[in-house]
Amino acid sequence: MAKLPLQFRLNGSDRATFVDPASNLLDTLRRGLGDFGPKYGCGQGTCGVCTVLVDGEPQLACLTLAVSCEGRQIETASGMADGPNLHPLQDAFMEHFAAQCGFCTPGMLTAARALLAKNPQPSREEVVEAISGNICRCTGYEPIIAAILAAANAPGARRA
Amino acid sequence: MTTMEMRKDLFADERDDNLNVVGKGVQRQDMPGHVTARTRFFDDHAFDGMLHLKVVRSPHHHARIRAIDTSAAERAPGVKRVLRGADVPVNKNTLLSLINFGKDDEPSLAVNKVAYKGEPVVAILADSEAQAQAARKLVRIDYDPLPAVFDVEETLKAGAPVVNETYPGNYFEYHERFDHQKLRFGDVERGFAGADIVMEHRYQMSPIEHAPTETNGSIAAPEQNGRYVVHSCAQGLFFALGTTAKIVDVESNQLHFIGGTVGGGFGGKVDSLTEPLAVLGAMLTGRPVRFVLDREEEMLYGSPRGAERIYIKDGLMRDGRIVARHIRSYFDAGAYTRLSSYAAIKCTAHVPGPYWIPNVASDIYVSYTNRCPSTAMRGFGVTAVDFALEVQMDRLAEAANMDPMEFRILNAYRDGDMKPHRRAAKNTALVECVQVAAEKANWPLSEQAKRASSLLGGGAGERSQIPATQLDARGQIGRPDSRNGPVTQVLPAGTTRIAPSKQPVMEGARDGRAAPTQVPRYEPQRPAAPPPPAYQPAPPPYQPPGSYSPAPVHQPASPLPASPPPAAPAQTQHGAVRFSSVFGTRRR
Repeated sequence: MAKLPLQFRLNGSDRATFVDPASNLLDTLRRGLGDFGPKYGCGQGTCGVCTVLVDGEPQLACLTLAVSCEGRQIETASGMADGPNLHPLQDAFMEHFAAQCGFCTPGMLTAARALLAKNPQPSREEVVEAISGNICRCTGYEPIIAAILAAANAPGARRA
Repeated sequence: MTTMEMRKDLFADERDDNLNVVGKGVQRQDMPGHVTARTRFFDDHAFDGMLHLKVVRSPHHHARIRAIDTSAAERAPGVKRVLRGADVPVNKNTLLSLINFGKDDEPSLAVNKVAYKGEPVVAILADSEAQAQAARKLVRIDYDPLPAVFDVEETLKAGAPVVNETYPGNYFEYHERFDHQKLRFGDVERGFAGADIVMEHRYQMSPIEHAPTETNGSIAAPEQNGRYVVHSCAQGLFFALGTTAKIVDVESNQLHFIGGTVGGGFGGKVDSLTEPLAVLGAMLTGRPVRFVLDREEEMLYGSPRGAERIYIKDGLMRDGRIVARHIRSYFDAGAYTRLSSYAAIKCTAHVPGPYWIPNVASDIYVSYTNRCPSTAMRGFGVTAVDFALEVQMDRLAEAANMDPMEFRILNAYRDGDMKPHRRAAKNTALVECVQVAAEKANWPLSEQAKRASSLLGGGAGERSQIPATQLDARGQIGRPDSRNGPVTQVLPAGTTRIAPSKQPVMEGARDGRAAPTQVPRYEPQRPAAPPPPAYQPAPPPYQPPGSYSPAPVHQPASPLPASPPPAAPAQTQHGAVRFSSVFGTRRR
């Protein structure tokens, strides 16, 4: 089947590629554009490790058709830091040991980023709800929740 | 952030207070990579011209393979190569062969038969994952289904289907002679006869899938100079390297393994499930090859924690002392050994739990069944038997009408107690653990239980001795089938080692698959060792001595012995006591 042209903004840069009509956004980002931030965990929308932002909304890249992202703003964990300056969530994750194997971390950070962009002062329950679609099989949820709450109270946290 | 609580009041005289790191937060070196998404896991590598490998798996639990036809798959779009068992240079391996333990029993790709549902039979390499998956459906395999066995005890019975031809008795053969791991200490039958209450229960664990968020996989690619680079999820990178080198039959220096970033392992990434075929594919095609399990494969065919069935029989005195414990356990290896043989050894080393019991026996079997092979998972061989032991402890406490916490303190090892493995217990701390747990849970303990200490009351009298151990009519230490038979010989008290017989003996012989020997297993050396045991009539039922040391906590009348002055800790350069969990040098 013929490939289709696709253009979108990825972490602030214009990107163009050709995709199979059936390609999902996860494969397009990882294999097509070399952004290995989003991970493959299940391919079924159940684990959250492929979470990305599409126009600011958290979406599961494995369930998103690539061609549906034409002209959209895609943001991944790879683009969270501003050069050497980490996003407050990244600082907080480091400070609170909110990663063990690190595999769920990009998806967790992205889900948390979407939460703080909309709700800068979330309650613990709102944090739990926001990451409820992200599995941490190392079961490090408590440090992750603590890190997100701490980031919400840190200066500059409102930077989405 | 949370900080670790340091209980410096415990073993205060032995503490190294020059701790620079423990109890403090120190940044991990891999954390910046994790939070910036720059950590490279095995799949986070791009190669031009990469092929994708998918395997065709058996739909049967147990079946003979009559014919395999891959011609249609080979002609399918994008397919570059189809691999079968004959293409694998060394198509039989067992993981622990790297340390010369066990026989090679598992093919990379099944040849004559499949022994579990999901066993790989054919591998397909194609330009895309979708093409490899499509070609999978074109492989024709003609199976002749065989009867299957799924129960760890049924499989050991006469007439059960042979799961794994390398081990025709359906049990792992230790040292090619023994059908299980055995432990004998004292005389459990005498202990049961003298006990106030005898309680036996059966415990059954389920298999557990590790379910790592990153599925098992690897990418292999040709490097310069005939070498192959392998990006691997392996938990034991050199273990995977050695296993792969053996299976593809190359020198290990031809393989360049890169890893260490594991997206969740928990024991499920030690089996080298993908590396050998990925490397073989790269060798045969000259192209990079990626072999990754999808989520369904990971959940169904990524090896789980093996299920265990455990029987525990205890002899209990009304005052709460356990005087005899017999454990019989069957470890479900699935169709192939992988690491189950090691689990049974760990299990044997762990029983009877952290409790001093004067008469102990255990028989731990590794059974083959037509299930997915099981492997390591977080304390495998120990956690399951601990579940059984601690549930049993609660039941025993209830039977003795005792508080479960105090019941554990009463029966806990103290320093110096002789373990059934004929080694003195060192660095024991269960008493203190229970005390702290009770304190945290606001669980009331008696004053005596609060005063109990791992340092007090152990290693005295009977508690420090190796008792006489019963042998059965064959001169063996308690065959399961003769457990209630007449006792003919006794291993003298204090015997720490039995010279092993060189005779091939198969205790669990059945179906004529392995012939039992008539040669006594206990062959005392002469003249250095004690004289060979003559026939001795069975001794009278075990009578626990009236007064025990330490004083049972539930007998308020007997006072605890006065605290002896603590031994001076060994001096080191910085004035601290060295601690090693391996050599147990914290005290002494």
